[in-house]
Amino acid sequence: MAGTSDIKELLTRNLRTSGIYIAFVFIIVLFTILTGGQLLSPGNLTNLVLQYSYILILAIGMVLIIVAGHIDLSVGSVVALTGAVAAVVVIGNGMPWWMGVLAALGTGVLVGLWQGFWVAYVGIPAFIVTLAGMLIFRGLTMQVLGNVSLSPFPREYQYISGGFLNGLLGGDGYDAFTLFLAAALVVVFGIQEYRGRLAKLKYKQQVEAFPLFWVKIAAVALVVMAFAWQLAHSRGLPVVLILLAALVLIYGFISQRTIFGRHIYAMGGNLQAAKLSGVKTRRVNMWLFVHMGLLSAIAGIVYSARSNSAQPGAGNMFELDAIAAAFIGGAAVTGGVGKVHGAIIGGLIMAVMSNGMQIMGIDQSTQSVVRGVVLLIAVAFDVWNKKRSQGGA
Amino acid sequence: MTENILEMRSITKRFPGVVALKDVSLSVDEGEIHAICGENGAGKSTLMKVLSGVEPAGSYEGEIHFRGRPVSFADINDSEAEGIVIIHQELALVPHLSIAENIFLGNEQARGGVISWHETNARAAELMARVGLHEKPVTPVGQLGVGKQQLVEIAKALSKNVTLLILDEPTAALNDDDSEHLLGLIRTLRDESGVTSIIISHKLGEIAAVADATTVIRDGSTIETIDMRVPAEERHTLVPRIIRGMVGRDIDSLYPERSAEIGEEILRIEDWHVGHPTQAGRTVVDGASLSVRAGEVVGIAGLMGAGRTELAMSVFGRSYGRDISGRAHVHGKEVQLRTVADAIDAGIAYVSEDRKQYGLNLIQDIRTNVTASGLKKILNGFWLNGNEEIAVAERYRSSLNIKTPTVMATVGKLSGGNQQKVVLSKWLYTEPDLLILDEPTRGVDVGAKFEIYTIINELAEAGKAIIVISSELPEVMGLADRIYTLSAGRITGEVAAQDATQEHLMELMTMERE
Repeated sequence: MAGTSDIKELLTRNLRTSGIYIAFVFIIVLFTILTGGQLLSPGNLTNLVLQYSYILILAIGMVLIIVAGHIDLSVGSVVALTGAVAAVVVIGNGMPWWMGVLAALGTGVLVGLWQGFWVAYVGIPAFIVTLAGMLIFRGLTMQVLGNVSLSPFPREYQYISGGFLNGLLGGDGYDAFTLFLAAALVVVFGIQEYRGRLAKLKYKQQVEAFPLFWVKIAAVALVVMAFAWQLAHSRGLPVVLILLAALVLIYGFISQRTIFGRHIYAMGGNLQAAKLSGVKTRRVNMWLFVHMGLLSAIAGIVYSARSNSAQPGAGNMFELDAIAAAFIGGAAVTGGVGKVHGAIIGGLIMAVMSNGMQIMGIDQSTQSVVRGVVLLIAVAFDVWNKKRSQGGA
Repeated sequence: MTENILEMRSITKRFPGVVALKDVSLSVDEGEIHAICGENGAGKSTLMKVLSGVEPAGSYEGEIHFRGRPVSFADINDSEAEGIVIIHQELALVPHLSIAENIFLGNEQARGGVISWHETNARAAELMARVGLHEKPVTPVGQLGVGKQQLVEIAKALSKNVTLLILDEPTAALNDDDSEHLLGLIRTLRDESGVTSIIISHKLGEIAAVADATTVIRDGSTIETIDMRVPAEERHTLVPRIIRGMVGRDIDSLYPERSAEIGEEILRIEDWHVGHPTQAGRTVVDGASLSVRAGEVVGIAGLMGAGRTELAMSVFGRSYGRDISGRAHVHGKEVQLRTVADAIDAGIAYVSEDRKQYGLNLIQDIRTNVTASGLKKILNGFWLNGNEEIAVAERYRSSLNIKTPTVMATVGKLSGGNQQKVVLSKWLYTEPDLLILDEPTRGVDVGAKFEIYTIINELAEAGKAIIVISSELPEVMGLADRIYTLSAGRITGEVAAQDATQEHLMELMTMERE
């Protein structure tokens, strides 16, 4: 199978994955024009990252849950509960900020164990378990908070979502450190890709033509550097962006390159066959929900840090945004298909649309309609694409 | 009398990347039973899709003439309007609806939009009498066996005034009695109503008995059309001729020779009891004991419902049944196989009879399916080595001759024989000492069957122990060194292959509890 492929083959081979990137670029271009360039301004890009980070964190876990053939309706309530626990520990009891973080993470893990137990060991559909969880954890949030908001968090805690790395390497009007980090990232990416290419060639697999390889690297470098350039001209590198990037990398690898990840896909593709292949389905489900609980807790910390308070109504409807992100990003309703980076792109499409419409001054009601229509179109495209590829059987 | 009713001329159908049909021609005479034979993936189903309009006119090259007129069908409704009805292998019936409702589904007997139940049931009863289905029209289809469901499909076709009936593997899921009845019915429809039939089947004996003509397709091309109406003394030449056409070579012996050395005992189970998973108190396997040695192929022969699959799956990490008792010894040591993972670790592999349901992740590629049970072996520290994984899949692709352009191809798109090879690859990659093969050649064509038999022999020669479960007695006798017979959950006999006759085995398989 050694050989090279050209760009047309690269795009058409997997329309499902490439389609989402094309849609993403299209939406960015569209809203850049509609907002007169404001969308990509340094201030707004920074804002976009801060404003949607917690939805993206939730989407990472949600796509894995959906791939396994489940759904999680409780994440919004878990965001509220974990934020509330952190607030009670830090604000209510005056303990240090990191105690609050640990308490929130612990709560997330407990929530995951609870829901995983019912799904994996009792065999109740995740839809029901997490619907119950949505009510239970919302109620617990109100009890923990005594039905009032708690604020403000100390500076260190706020730093998690509002902090910036700026001026570490100096720079005149722009942050050199951000640019340096982005450049380092591009170099590491290039080296990794090149090594991957060599390994593929060693195993006599198909790789893209050499010029195309460089075009790909150059395109990634251009996008990353342009993004970093804009950030550097605003407030520097947001701490939450580093957190988000780390989570995407870690969970991307877990899903694609570990046995646990493979087992998630195997279960979603054919549960019976997975069981008979030696997959310990209960254990995988349990761990899956623990991961979701942990990610919900991280989102809860980021959200409470950003709003600088814990409120009984926090995180309402977050689950729907996370689910929508996963489906727009190419996850299949029937399970077995979906990628972490797809969900991130799906979430970013929603974020860019919301943000763009806000800048344009479009009211909430219209925004809601537009987002609903986009979700529908995305899944319709997926269904159409599946039919198209099955027709070739 | 022998006007042709259907003529397909130079049909060429391309899918992205493959030519499924190359210049295929098919001529069917009015009032004949015409069989189409070919290996899985040869293009039979595609040809029928072209004929019935599932692949619409314009998506292929060539012409179709039906009753002397050129036709072009945009969809299946167009072909049904001409009286062409196709009955698929997977029956398209709604289990909760009655026989009558199913017969008239999409064609409801209604006056002014209101269904006339009286007319529906009365007309259904007429049609049911024609196909020899003795049931009440109001009986839900889900309560019928597969054989009777097949008859409902034919009644449904008759309700549409069928002139050309296409049956895709009609007897694949039927027992001998039901098959006989079905084939008799097709003959009766031909003789009394002049219905022309096209039958796609892998059962060559059946084709020899029923078909008036047979067209053989190989690799998307017509090889030949054989006139089956030959004198009795030439009949025995028909099946070998069809096989030759299908595989492009002679199969001297369907069961290749094996020279394996039989070594130490790999698995022994004693006094094995298995209870039904949902019906308390019902015993599915009752005190079974058996053993298998390295290099040995052991057959388990039993009729449907004898507990063959249940026995195998209960041994394979208790994946079937409850209240399992008995002792299992692997390499002479008593073991507890509580989970599938335990069984795999003990060196046991189980290849299910139903690969789509229990064997494969159909939406994933070949690569992922091959490594599904052996992921630990491509682990590089904490991460999976994706390149090594592809290399592994490539190795099995070439050693088992899986026909695919790439190991990144989706498994759901492969033919039955190739899917079976993917399942085999998956289990071979776990390097088992014992392979339990449950109906390893079900839904697999003649050529691939031979390949699978060869693989089984090679495995035995490499020192693996093999258990073959099959409902085809010639297969068990052709493959096994030793045969256990199973009847109503009990082992009723153990026969050396060279002493076995079909009659004797059948006697043991139908032995009732004394």
